[in-house]
Amino acid sequence: MNITRRHLLILLPAAAVAWESVLAGTPESSPNYTMTEHWWGMLIDIPKCIGCGNCVRACQAENDVPDGFFRTWVERYHVNDWQLANPQVISPDGGKEGFPSVAEDPEGKYFFVPKLCNHCADSPCTQVCPVGATFISPDGVVLVDQKYCLGCAYCVQACPYGCRYIHPTKKVADKCTLCYHRITKGLTTACCEACPTGARQLADLKNPADPIHAFLKTHSVQVLKPQMATGAKVFYNGLDGSVR
Amino acid sequence: MPGVEGFMYPNEISLYWSVLIVLYPFITGLVAGAFILASLERVFRVEAVRPTYRLALLTALAFLLVAPLPLQLHLGHPERSLEMYMTPHRTSAMAMFGFVYLWYLMAVLTVEIWLDYRADIVALSNSTTGWRRWLYRILTLGSQNVSERALHIDERVGWLITLIGIPSAFLLHGYVGFIFGSIKANPWWSSPLMPVVFIFSAMVSGIAAVMLLYMVLMRLRRQPIDMSCVDTIAQYLLYIFIIDFSLEMLDLIHRIYEADESFRSLDFMVHTRLWLSQVVLQICIGTLTPILLLFLVQVTKLSVPVRKRIYVVSGSLALIGIFAMRWNVVIGGQLFSKSFLGYTTYKMALATREGLLVSIALTILPLVILWVLVKLLPPWPEKRHAPLPAALAAD
Amino acid sequence: MKLFKDAGHLFRLAGVFLLGTLSFLAIRAFVVPHSFGQYGHYRGAAIAEIAAHPVHFAGHQTCETCHSDIAQTKSAGKHAQVNCEACHGPLAKHADDPSIDPGKPDVAVLCVRCHSASAARPKDFPQVDADQHSGGIPCTTCHQPHNPVIAAGGAK
Repeated sequence: MNITRRHLLILLPAAAVAWESVLAGTPESSPNYTMTEHWWGMLIDIPKCIGCGNCVRACQAENDVPDGFFRTWVERYHVNDWQLANPQVISPDGGKEGFPSVAEDPEGKYFFVPKLCNHCADSPCTQVCPVGATFISPDGVVLVDQKYCLGCAYCVQACPYGCRYIHPTKKVADKCTLCYHRITKGLTTACCEACPTGARQLADLKNPADPIHAFLKTHSVQVLKPQMATGAKVFYNGLDGSVR
Repeated sequence: MPGVEGFMYPNEISLYWSVLIVLYPFITGLVAGAFILASLERVFRVEAVRPTYRLALLTALAFLLVAPLPLQLHLGHPERSLEMYMTPHRTSAMAMFGFVYLWYLMAVLTVEIWLDYRADIVALSNSTTGWRRWLYRILTLGSQNVSERALHIDERVGWLITLIGIPSAFLLHGYVGFIFGSIKANPWWSSPLMPVVFIFSAMVSGIAAVMLLYMVLMRLRRQPIDMSCVDTIAQYLLYIFIIDFSLEMLDLIHRIYEADESFRSLDFMVHTRLWLSQVVLQICIGTLTPILLLFLVQVTKLSVPVRKRIYVVSGSLALIGIFAMRWNVVIGGQLFSKSFLGYTTYKMALATREGLLVSIALTILPLVILWVLVKLLPPWPEKRHAPLPAALAAD
Repeated sequence: MKLFKDAGHLFRLAGVFLLGTLSFLAIRAFVVPHSFGQYGHYRGAAIAEIAAHPVHFAGHQTCETCHSDIAQTKSAGKHAQVNCEACHGPLAKHADDPSIDPGKPDVAVLCVRCHSASAARPKDFPQVDADQHSGGIPCTTCHQPHNPVIAAGGAK
């Protein structure tokens, strides 16, 4: 039997309703989404990351990220016991195809650090945009208005984390949107959806029922480069001091 | 990865600001410097530099007209650049620079030149024919009043505008410095000294440029060079050069002594990728050599031809040094990773929109504009019309 | 009055500036997008435009509404927390039109991406040297991907 979408609608009304709301365009027309009720961030649990690169591939598939540029990427740190301030870091093709296997190092440790836009509450990138083409949405996501962006790259220079780039063909600033088109429809981000170990979890800080609150209460979490005072909202559990 | 050493964040491998952004502070610096030289005569009454007053103003205008071009060309969407005026973002140094630029171009430089040349424009609108007559007529704004009293008013208003113009010139180039100095993410740029260093290096480059242009133009016109004028300019050039160099050394010593988290990375960069452009070109050839040469002129009695040669050499070296300084700030600031773990390489393209040929064209363009301006509004004293010196004398 | 007469050209100049400023304001009122400033210093409509981007990963909730049997199998095993599209790839098109064949993932590539042994991976994460472990036999010969524990009846 050739099942079409019509059949599906008849067979599984519940699924159909769920999917229709996914396909419905704007956040306003997504019936249950009000921007002011959310404040988005992410939790990254470093001890859970296995460096498979699923998040990087998922992000590229979901967001049409150009080759050689990354909205999210994974770094592998190798920290020698005597050289805490001087880690060896690699990220071949952003960790998209995983990392080469390594043998145990008796004098050091290895770990993976997934990176993405920190969706800073006091973001230095939106501060410097000369025209208001990049901004923090009312629900706390740093976005780029690609129809308005000049492509001056000032925001790229201002980001302490290297999360922005100029899109090679669109010639405008491009970056992680925290899958804004998904989270406004009740879905999680593509990277979180594809992460096999739960090392990445989307977090809604305004939702009291979000597990992030319990996690933050019981774990030592850190943000990247806290000295930059950017109000970063991507929280890292088990972050080593050598990570920058 | 070719050209990459150590670890760069993957989005950092290619540079986002090219040689055009090197050219932009260089050109803007020439504007500010040339204007400050002009104001020496007008506000501080340094009569010796009178012969270069008008030339300095026209030089400033010629370079100011070109200043936004490198910015425009580097934009991904130049057609959207007017958004900077339509919806300027108050917290953005770049947006505010747009207004400072407009203020400086419209309210300061153009008005000052217009007031200073008004008597000439009125005279030319009567003595020329054809399209030039029409051009001068438009420039008079329909007022032929060059009475002594009107010119006296012009002189006073012009003086006031120069007075406003000095802080404006500082603001113009200080703002360029602030665009870099306010980026906390980049330790190579982030420094409150950046705007000050930019202003003083701007004065060095602007004064050197006007001095060279004056000497070259006099040679082309087969006129004698006013040595007391050039000597005075060279003297000011030396003083400002010393301040500029002291500030840059202060910044450097401060960085070395504090040795914060970025120091090892930046130190390595200066000793490798920036060695030639920073230590050799900027500091040794472009700063110390001209300072020593100019100092030599001050402490010894040298003949006129020797002094001329020294001025030409040290002026040219100063321009090279200041260009190298802009290069080291803009390009150097993008060669290291913000992770402080690696370095990338800048490869200048040749014939692209942001390539070498375009930058050469943009360097020549202001000189072409200056040539047109000099033809339209001759800055030479013998073509001045009688009422102006009289008005000055009456002041 | 003589002052006004002799400063007449300055008033003309001021007029030129006034005209320039007024035309700037007029153009500005015309050119600035309507939704600019709706929520802040940006084009408010941009938010809806970004939210309207197409979805490629349907999300496991959508998968499970039809494939409840596999969801059941999976929930009992060690891959319970691994979402469908983590292995199968983005399948919103398939969710939209089930007649579109989602294809089968390439097991040879897929399993080792996570489970090849490396000292960089967390110690408690199951990992093997694939060549030693199976000698080139496909992983699915012994392990059933939706519930990989062999004792659970995965062996075919």
